[in-house]
Amino acid sequence: MNATRHALVLGLRRGWTEFLQSLRSPQDQGFYLFTAVGTLLLLWFNRDNEIGDSGLSYPTYALPSILAGLLAFGVVIGPAFALAMEREDGTLLRHKALPHGMQGYVTGQLTYHSLGLLPSLLTILVPSFLLFDGLMHGGAAGWLTVAWVIALGLLATLPLGMILGSVVPSTQKVGSWGMLPVLVLTAISGVFFPMQALWGWVQAVAQVFPVYWIGLGLRSAFLPDAAVTLEVGDSWRTGATVLVLAAWAVFGMLVTPRVLRRMARRQSGSQVEAAKEASLQWVR
Amino acid sequence: MPDVPLSEPVVEVRGLRMAYGANEVLTGVDLRVDAGEVVCLLGPNGAGKTTTIEILEGFRVPSAGEVRVLGEDPARAGEAWRARVGVVLQSWRDHARWTPRRLLTQLGDYYAPYSTPERPRPYEVDWLLRTVGLTEHADRKIGALSGGQRRRLDVAVGIIGRPELLFLDEPTAGFDPQARRDFHDLVHRLSDLEGTTILLTTHDLAEAEKLADRILILTGGRIVADGSADELGRQVAGTAEVRWACGPERFVHPTTDVVAFVRRLFEEHGDELTDLEVRRASLEDTYLTMVQRSESGVPAGPVLEEATR
Repeated sequence: MNATRHALVLGLRRGWTEFLQSLRSPQDQGFYLFTAVGTLLLLWFNRDNEIGDSGLSYPTYALPSILAGLLAFGVVIGPAFALAMEREDGTLLRHKALPHGMQGYVTGQLTYHSLGLLPSLLTILVPSFLLFDGLMHGGAAGWLTVAWVIALGLLATLPLGMILGSVVPSTQKVGSWGMLPVLVLTAISGVFFPMQALWGWVQAVAQVFPVYWIGLGLRSAFLPDAAVTLEVGDSWRTGATVLVLAAWAVFGMLVTPRVLRRMARRQSGSQVEAAKEASLQWVR
Repeated sequence: MPDVPLSEPVVEVRGLRMAYGANEVLTGVDLRVDAGEVVCLLGPNGAGKTTTIEILEGFRVPSAGEVRVLGEDPARAGEAWRARVGVVLQSWRDHARWTPRRLLTQLGDYYAPYSTPERPRPYEVDWLLRTVGLTEHADRKIGALSGGQRRRLDVAVGIIGRPELLFLDEPTAGFDPQARRDFHDLVHRLSDLEGTTILLTTHDLAEAEKLADRILILTGGRIVADGSADELGRQVAGTAEVRWACGPERFVHPTTDVVAFVRRLFEEHGDELTDLEVRRASLEDTYLTMVQRSESGVPAGPVLEEATR
């Protein structure tokens, strides 16, 4: 029995178990419901608005972009928060004490947070298609594009969440270190309004990061061809989308294992104990 | 002193030093644990017990010194070494949504590739749940367990891989007397039936006396005493206290030679003796004396000789 492969299988099982437990948890159900209702309300109240003179309704334009924002937010903040917390509560240390435990743990995290996208996307997509017309113009090919953009987007952003969770000093800092930058980035990446409304340098910054490209890819799938005039350079830039996202994915694959190893090396019982003390102080 | 064993020691440490910046926690620890021994590390808070254990577990890299655990340097040891070592961790809120059964199954499976006919790994989950007394709670959420139940789960997680060497850092902190008794039985069982070598730290001297074949006292960053509870007791002067009564009067006298002293008492007073009690130095007395000596900088004399062999 190959112990590494065995650990990866156990990681998949762990991710699946955590996913099922999350679906059964009222707390997580509440979170999914909250984001879904929030998004749908935003789309509903803007249902009669048009984007410029393109003839596109706001829900049609915004849905793919919002999905991109949620994806990025979910798979960066989700794992960052989970990792920071599980460093403090001893979950990680337990795995460090197991043979090949860290490999299993990381596989579990990747599995769990990838699966976690499903309910968050479905709770928005399904009601949106019931409430609004003309959301998907790409047909079957469009759905295929949605699938690969999400898959590639996941590979590009999930490692960033793992890196963030490894370097952030404590769970309380995930907000300022992670949530804030990701929210700002999402805001400037054309999720809620076309990016061209912003200054040139802001657009340039946004185009370095994956969120913009996931949004662009999803819009190319959902929107009619005529909507391309709303994009930078009047082009869907599919090639560039693949390149940028793939570059981030490669970056993640190279950097994440190193950062994780470094973090894992520092894990010890006294660190967990210190976090426990700090957390008790926090509560008081 | 025990005879020199034929097999290689399970834990061997020489000149272990650990400094955090300018703060020297360990200033030269030497210790040795042989196969099948239960060794207890005692010491005041901040003496470096946890640091020592964490270095032996491979969770911390020492500043200097030679450390061998199961024949390898824990800081560099691989996954196969990891499979032979059990660590009981003091966690507090992890895996709250899991159940003990599900968690033990999940974590135990990591040991399956390291199973051998002589040492099948991991333990069967139902047996383990029964052993630590969690059968009734096996399918409850871990987040809903009491503190004592959680600690028993920690122990179960630590031993699920049927370790050859088990580390326990203050395992019974927060246990009620019944849970403590059950835990002691479990340690005896692991030691007697499975031949598990156990190294534990504790604050509870009664626990150390009950569990350990050998006690090490760590203070001021060094091991200042090494031996069984009795051996340690004999190393401290005024080891026994004799109390007696002659008619209405009561007396107390410390002595190192109880038998001779009592014989003399009988010779002198004969039938006038109405009460006699010999009280050996408790481990607590021994411990406090030794820690005090070490802290006041008085060379511990024969005790130190013993420790360094």
